[in-house]
Amino acid sequence: MAKGIMEIADSSFDEEVLRSEKPVLVDFWAPWCGPCRAIEPLVEELAETFGDKFKFTRCNVDENPVTPTKFGIKSIPTLIFFKEGKVLDKIVGIVPKSKLEEIITKV
Amino acid sequence: MKSVDYELVIIGGGPAGLTAGLYAARGGLNVILIEKIVPGGQVMISDWIENYPGFPEGLSGPDLVQKMTEQVKRFDLNIENNEVVSVDFSEPVKQITLNDKTITSHTIIIATGASPKKLGVPGEDIFYGKGISSCATCDGPFFKDSVVAAVGGGDTAVQESLFLTKFVKKVYLIHRRDKLRAAAILQKRALANEKIEMIWDSVLTDISGLTTVENITVQNVKTGDKTQLSVDGCFVWVGTIPNTQFLANSVKLDEHGFIIAGLDAETSVPGVFAAGDVRNTPLRQIATAVGDGAIAAISAENYIENVKK
Repeated sequence: MAKGIMEIADSSFDEEVLRSEKPVLVDFWAPWCGPCRAIEPLVEELAETFGDKFKFTRCNVDENPVTPTKFGIKSIPTLIFFKEGKVLDKIVGIVPKSKLEEIITKV
Repeated sequence: MKSVDYELVIIGGGPAGLTAGLYAARGGLNVILIEKIVPGGQVMISDWIENYPGFPEGLSGPDLVQKMTEQVKRFDLNIENNEVVSVDFSEPVKQITLNDKTITSHTIIIATGASPKKLGVPGEDIFYGKGISSCATCDGPFFKDSVVAAVGGGDTAVQESLFLTKFVKKVYLIHRRDKLRAAAILQKRALANEKIEMIWDSVLTDISGLTTVENITVQNVKTGDKTQLSVDGCFVWVGTIPNTQFLANSVKLDEHGFIIAGLDAETSVPGVFAAGDVRNTPLRQIATAVGDGAIAAISAENYIENVKK
């Protein structure tokens, strides 16, 4: 398991993401996705920097088919930023860390 | 020699940049490699590579990247995760502005590669990530037992379409000519694959749907006839555009935006070299990028020697 990042399942999604007090980043990934593995260290670094204000999670789309379908995910990695149960921003594909920092700071 | 931060700055960490970094670090230069996302570049999204020598069984793109990265780390290549915002090559000491600082060097290797080109048709931006993709290894499994379209006729389009057939029911491979440009062995495999239906002499003109891709319009370029096809996804492999925007014409580019560089990799600016997909070259492959990276590193080393004199 990745450092400082909580694994989210279909069953725990509502509790851990939608009802979270802190804003949440969900990294939708799968083991077969090369770029997903590539951004993992970036998300870990973000978790280290912003972990006290933000909750960092990831959701394996292979094991949890319901949640990705609910959010219309057809491409991974997809990163979705949630605040108070609502989607604030969505990033598809790999982007520079600075772009993610920008969104987190804004949220 | 005027005081500078580094003897050599390499911009971009794909196969060209990593090879240049390997040579430079191994040669003992004070070098930094700037990578905006993660090392690997386009190789990171390649499903399977079987035309890069040394791996008789072939290997996945991410696995090859991991091996290349391990190799440069053995020689302590300094890789920084940062983005080049702008450059100033007007003086012999060049300035490179990053997100949070400016660094200086006499010698630069630009290896920023290229990105997948878009089709530029209605619906493309709306449905990006909602059925439109350029990465079969990332998104293929989302289209299990579905019907998808793929656009292109080169190596990437054919290789990745073949990969998609592991998941999908059917791939319409749309190509604007009446024969494929891909390597003969790939063509043979595609034409023999029952899940691939070729749509020759045609271009995709429109993508539509409610929340995800549902329909595409295909136009035959010879007859002008338009046909609508029901698909669940659409993969686009119609070539690349060079990542040269940040250069803002500080080096000479060709009419497509690729950097013009000589056999020694030197650009129109002395001390600035270009390697890999970003430069003018008749072939864009991992093997050629690696060769370019080596040439650029040695040319850079010679340049540094001359500056010192």
